[in-house]
Amino acid sequence: MPSTPSQTGFAVLSPTAILGYGFPDESLREGMRRKPDLIAVDAGSTDPGPYYLGSGKSFTARDGVRHDLARLIDAQQSAGIPLIIGSAGGAGARPHLDWTLDIIGEIAHSRGDQLRVASIPSDIAPAIVQTALAEGRVEALRNVPLLTEVEILASRRIVAQMGHEPITEALLDDFDIIVCGRCYDPAVFAALPVMKGYDPALALHMGKILECAAIAALPGSGSDCVLGRLFNDHFVLEPLSPERQFTCNSVAAHSMYEKSDPYHLPGPGGSLNLEAVTYEQLSEGRVKVSGTRLSPTTPYQVKLEGVRPIGFRTVSMAGIRDPHMIADLDCILQDVEARCRETLDDAALITFHAYGKNGVMGSQETVQHPAHEIGLVIDVVAPDQVGADAGCSLVRSTLLHFGFPGRLSTAGNLAFPYSPSDFSAGEVFEFSLYHLMELTNPTALFPVESGALPRSGVRHE
Amino acid sequence: MSETIRQLKDVAVVIRSKNAGPYELTLDVIFENVNIYKSVKATHLFNREMIAGLYGIPEEDVLGVIHYDPAHAIKVTLRRAVPSGGIGDRDVYGAQQHAPLLAVAIAVPESNAIP
Repeated sequence: MPSTPSQTGFAVLSPTAILGYGFPDESLREGMRRKPDLIAVDAGSTDPGPYYLGSGKSFTARDGVRHDLARLIDAQQSAGIPLIIGSAGGAGARPHLDWTLDIIGEIAHSRGDQLRVASIPSDIAPAIVQTALAEGRVEALRNVPLLTEVEILASRRIVAQMGHEPITEALLDDFDIIVCGRCYDPAVFAALPVMKGYDPALALHMGKILECAAIAALPGSGSDCVLGRLFNDHFVLEPLSPERQFTCNSVAAHSMYEKSDPYHLPGPGGSLNLEAVTYEQLSEGRVKVSGTRLSPTTPYQVKLEGVRPIGFRTVSMAGIRDPHMIADLDCILQDVEARCRETLDDAALITFHAYGKNGVMGSQETVQHPAHEIGLVIDVVAPDQVGADAGCSLVRSTLLHFGFPGRLSTAGNLAFPYSPSDFSAGEVFEFSLYHLMELTNPTALFPVESGALPRSGVRHE
Repeated sequence: MSETIRQLKDVAVVIRSKNAGPYELTLDVIFENVNIYKSVKATHLFNREMIAGLYGIPEEDVLGVIHYDPAHAIKVTLRRAVPSGGIGDRDVYGAQQHAPLLAVAIAVPESNAIP
């Protein structure tokens, strides 16, 4: 139980579903009027795929993140409450953390403030995973291949999803802002109230909903602020813009979102059990939630995410309108691929996406008649960019002039919307690790680094 | 009680697909009308065999079918044939794999039939 029970509970403001997605100024103002104890925001997701962890780039735009952060730092400074950011820069590895710190430094510089900032990297050295693997402390998640040394050593970057414990460590000192590397989404919302004695099950469940901000409200939005208020035996969700409300159904439905089981939500060190949760509609679009339980997992496990480079990609896009070609498209593409294979490097991978004919669902498509026109993407991945460019060029030119049986349109088979027709897409990654690793100490791999921003001697233009 | 046959798209308020992590795909069907949800649940219409048939995949690739009463919803989780963003993947976010569900025939109790 919290040492100082409060009628208003512990209030957490969640400004937006992903840092950089934006939020209305008025919602933030309304949220700050309700005197939150904490501003917390999630910045990450694996949804955009493996590229961002591999490349070290963010899937959000720098200007968007800067615009959001400047307003949040303003609110944080005025209210004198901490701002905690989870999974910085999207994938939460060192380059993403540094990118976020750099933006904070820029903002601090332009404000003329010194901000006390902690950062908690989550990068995991391959040797640590190798040791854990050798000691039998690594487990594959469902559908994920068993881990071997090969995947570990081939990975460009490996991060682990920290729980709330390393953030609690950082909260022992007095920081304005805590920037976390890869982080369990609810942890940034839960760490401070858990430290103050609130029930971790309720704190994490509230965080689970707040991390998507207004997505769990009606109408849903990924770019609007909401507030959660944590009490001893329940929490209350509050919308912050007049057009939105929480309903029992919208909140209950949210625990399904991007999850394979809405009753059991696994995270670092334990799994939230929602079987006995009850939802109660309150006035002003608020919903009261209670009954969440936390089943700890022993030993403590964190999720590892890793990606490995698999080559470089070049794509070409074209339309097909000729009905004879569309009728025979599968055979034509097969023949073209076979023809190109005679000269192409064996390592080059050719993929066609035929939009208008199974482009989205492939063999799972239930509609069997193609559209009157096809949008074709030629995708070639090769060991280097020169090889990918050459491969894509060969496939494109071969298909353009391919003389299929019954062809009438002998001047060309493809309608290109662009010149140049081919686009070098850069390095390609695939997931190599998506495994659980046992830890003896939840904070061991996540050191708290601290400093002031802007750094002295560093000029921000 | 007599029944009418409707398509799922006419009786559900949400029919969606999304990644549940990079290796799984999850399908959600949410009903606004509790009675329709209860009748769909009672008939066991949604099960692994039915989903496997609908998507043309082996039954073992249907990892789970859960009826979730608090949201009047059904959740189906599928194995991803290709992990998100891997070579040959067609849907990195998994957000457009719901279409086969839209026309599933649903027997709706007459008193709840939507005109």
